[in-house]
Amino acid sequence: MTETRLDPSELVACPNCDTLHHMQDVPEGARARCMRCNEILMAPKGGAMTRIVVLAVTALILMIAVVFFPFLDLSASGLEQHSSVLDAIMAFSDGMLLPLTFAVAAFVVVLPAVRLMAIIYAIGPLIFDRPARPHAARAFRLAQTLRPWSMAEIFIVGVAVALVKIAGMATVSLGPAFWALVALVLVTTIKDTFMCKLTIWKTLETQRRS
Amino acid sequence: MQVDDLENAGNPTPLLTARQAGLVACTGCGRVHEQGVERCERCGAHLSSRDTTSLQRVWAWWFAGLIIYFPANLYPMLITNTLGTEYKNTILGGVIELIDHHSYFVAGVVFFASIMIPVGKFIAIAYLAYSVRHRATMSDHGRQVLYEVVEFIGRWSMIDVFVVAILSSLVQFNFVASIHPGIAAISFALSVAFTMLSAQSFDPRMIWDAEEAATE
Ligand SMILES: [Zn+2]
Ligand SMILES: [Zn+2]
Repeated sequence: MTETRLDPSELVACPNCDTLHHMQDVPEGARARCMRCNEILMAPKGGAMTRIVVLAVTALILMIAVVFFPFLDLSASGLEQHSSVLDAIMAFSDGMLLPLTFAVAAFVVVLPAVRLMAIIYAIGPLIFDRPARPHAARAFRLAQTLRPWSMAEIFIVGVAVALVKIAGMATVSLGPAFWALVALVLVTTIKDTFMCKLTIWKTLETQRRS
Repeated sequence: MQVDDLENAGNPTPLLTARQAGLVACTGCGRVHEQGVERCERCGAHLSSRDTTSLQRVWAWWFAGLIIYFPANLYPMLITNTLGTEYKNTILGGVIELIDHHSYFVAGVVFFASIMIPVGKFIAIAYLAYSVRHRATMSDHGRQVLYEVVEFIGRWSMIDVFVVAILSSLVQFNFVASIHPGIAAISFALSVAFTMLSAQSFDPRMIWDAEEAATE
């Protein structure tokens, strides 16, 4: 290699293909892509940090409604059943249902809630120009890891399919918790479009030093 | 929206990778370090120039997912009791039942999520893992897109697991009507989780390394 010595702190490597790029200021609203594999490396947006935190707090409040409000009301041949997500988790009816309800609780409630809290913990202080909290990097890394395992949007499609399946058997009406979950998915999706990983990591790094 | 590229560090072409420059990059946050650094200074993730155990873990999760995928399809997913009569439905049986009820769109969604995606995912991950060690017929960009599709779409197989969980916690009218999950619900959930872990274990940098080796 004949090139002059590279300063690692001036560089950014593409996580997909390992190609090195010089760090540059990317204007807000623009996107910087990898020259080789076209992966978006940076997509900073104006006021992103504040929006992420506000949206994450909103989503977390909606999560409380999802857990405690009635989710679905079912009536069939004179019998009626109300169920909240909490009821479903607490209904330890038979052996096979138990691991399944735990999986649902984890994918739909616990992991998304932990992810939101991790994001608020890591990014919250940054919007007030405060130094990053201890373990902020670990919290944000956790949020990244949990992303594919937060499956609230998939659960909504599951609810829709389940409603079609029992349409002939019982009458089902959607409770407020269902709509809270729909709102939560929308808010989380909007929040994730503001998340520019590289910008957040760089801010966390500088705020830790100062 | 304007799209502008960051300047590559190895001007002029060919593009320089961190490994070629004798550096180690963090795949979590893009930070570049001198060789020998163990943990990323920015995000604290464990650093390795190339994840040497990646392929082993990909195949281990892949086989675990495949083995448990068979009981997931052979055993009942859903057990319905109506007035003393018991019906058992496998994954495919559930799709056929939806077709019988003329819910073609929902049948299509379930068929796609529970059968097409898992089968396609097994083939795609196997192909990606195979192609980094052998000559690939698909271009680097094609395989990168394939990898991103697998990562994005794989989780959606969970739909049927959620359907079973919702139905069995909702429909509990004792002898009139009740729905219980079958053993396949657990097997299928595990199969989806294992193949997600398999895809996550894959280091996409290996796709691009092959090209490097070829041009050198
Ligand atoms: Zn790249
Ligand atoms: Zn890092």
